[in-house]
Amino acid sequence: MKPPAFEYLAPASLDEAVAALAGQDAKILAGGQSLVPMLNFRLLAPPLLVDITRIPGLDYIEDWDGGLRIGALTRHYTLETSPLVKARFPVLHAAMAHVAHLAIRNRGTIGGSLCHGDPAAELPGLALLLDAHLKTTKRTIPVAEFYQGALATALGEDEILTEIMLPALPTGTGWGFEEFARRAGDFALTAVGVTVGAEARIVVIGAHETPMRLPAAEALFTDRADIAAVAEAARDEVTPNSDLHASADYRRHLVEVLTRRALTAAWERAA
Amino acid sequence: MRYLEAGKRHSVQFTLNGRAVEGEAEPRLLLSDFLRQHLGAFGTHVGCEHGSCGACTVRVDGKAVRSCLSYAVQMEGRAVDTVEGLASAEGLNALQAALQKHHGLQCGFCTPGILMSLSQLHEEEPAADEARIRDVLSGHICRCTGYHGIVQAALEVFGKS
Ligand SMILES: Cc1cc2nc3c(=O)[nH]c(=O)nc-3n(C[C@H](O)[C@H](O)[C@H](O)COP(=O)(O)OP(=O)(O)OC[C@H]3O[C@@H](n4cnc5c(N)ncnc54)[C@H](O)[C@@H]3O)c2cc1C
Ligand code: FES
Ligand code: FES
Repeated sequence: MKPPAFEYLAPASLDEAVAALAGQDAKILAGGQSLVPMLNFRLLAPPLLVDITRIPGLDYIEDWDGGLRIGALTRHYTLETSPLVKARFPVLHAAMAHVAHLAIRNRGTIGGSLCHGDPAAELPGLALLLDAHLKTTKRTIPVAEFYQGALATALGEDEILTEIMLPALPTGTGWGFEEFARRAGDFALTAVGVTVGAEARIVVIGAHETPMRLPAAEALFTDRADIAAVAEAARDEVTPNSDLHASADYRRHLVEVLTRRALTAAWERAA
Repeated sequence: MRYLEAGKRHSVQFTLNGRAVEGEAEPRLLLSDFLRQHLGAFGTHVGCEHGSCGACTVRVDGKAVRSCLSYAVQMEGRAVDTVEGLASAEGLNALQAALQKHHGLQCGFCTPGILMSLSQLHEEEPAADEARIRDVLSGHICRCTGYHGIVQAALEVFGKS
């Protein structure tokens, strides 16, 4: 199918981009790997596309006090193959292998995935797991306040995500990421990411409208926790919907199994 | 700042397989349609037009990209490579020849896209193992071969068979 007609603007700076978006019924175009399919399906018909990929200086992965600052235009492939990402956030490195396919990863950007906010996408869940701060042209938003529903974020119409800040993980943090999808590269039916250190963080993807932490299950996970019991608590904590891909019961079952596997792996990796 | 009006055609220039090309495209024209309908480069195939099948994969500045998920006007100043650029006067390149030898294609609809993804992989990750090769092939739907021959061909070229 062919996209509807739109005006095209390729600003050369963030200032130009923000000015172009102000008061316009416009869509930001980054990698286009979610937006262009939606236009091809005619699910959207924005009169104006603002292509931000010609703005220099938004594609980088840099040290941030042992953590990382990642430019919003950094491509999935760059994240997947970055030695810095692999060394500091191996859980993110592991999750990237589940995001789409080579040609999509070459083009899709971390900023685009976070702003698109697909409930079954890996990166929004990883951002929540890793307690990301999202820097925009206006402010810095903690990821816990960023997602408001499926495909809905706290961003204003003329606000551009510019940087993803990931604070350093304490040394010795264990991690696990487990996903179930029907075919390689598909969006997750359900995925679970965990980190285990002084505290445990458990994030579920694909079970709700937004990625979600499971505080009750997290609280159960103490030093000698019974991982199977934590996984059962995780299952009881989610309230997924049934849809044509999977029933709610099946998703709950997946949450239990994937949480058990992810915690087991994390426990083994923790120092 | 580059501004292009909706519904009007605008000049686009880029290199296609190393040769400068120029054409006119409305902003909404997909790269896949520009290649086929404006430049007559029919080697790039179009299946789903939403990024799933992989048939339309080309390379932009060396990276495999779905041409159905890019607009022609975005290619201004870029280097686009398609399957037409792989063979030389001496004949098929190594990947193409290996696909032929291992029966890695039947109807050939998926083949141009697969070649473009495998070409990037071969250049950037020459040490890729079978798992990585299969991971890359998972982005391409082939309805004919069952993939076995494609994997065998890739393994041979990557020195893993
Ligand atoms: C076949 C296929 C399979 C896929 N499988 C997966 C998968 O398994 N997992 C997964 O996570 N994703 C998957 N994706 C989606 C892919 O990861 C996209 O790249 C990503 O969701 C969007 O990033 P993008 O840069 O392409 O954004 P775009 O498509 O350009 O934009 C997406 C949205 O974000 C907005 N936006 C983009 N950048 C910014 C910014 N900096 N500030 C504010 N708003 C912005 C846009 O306006 C738009 O609304 C798949 C895509 C395809 C086509
Ligand atoms: S036609 Fe582009 S991926 Fe199917
Ligand atoms: S050879 Fe026919 S689809 Fe692959």
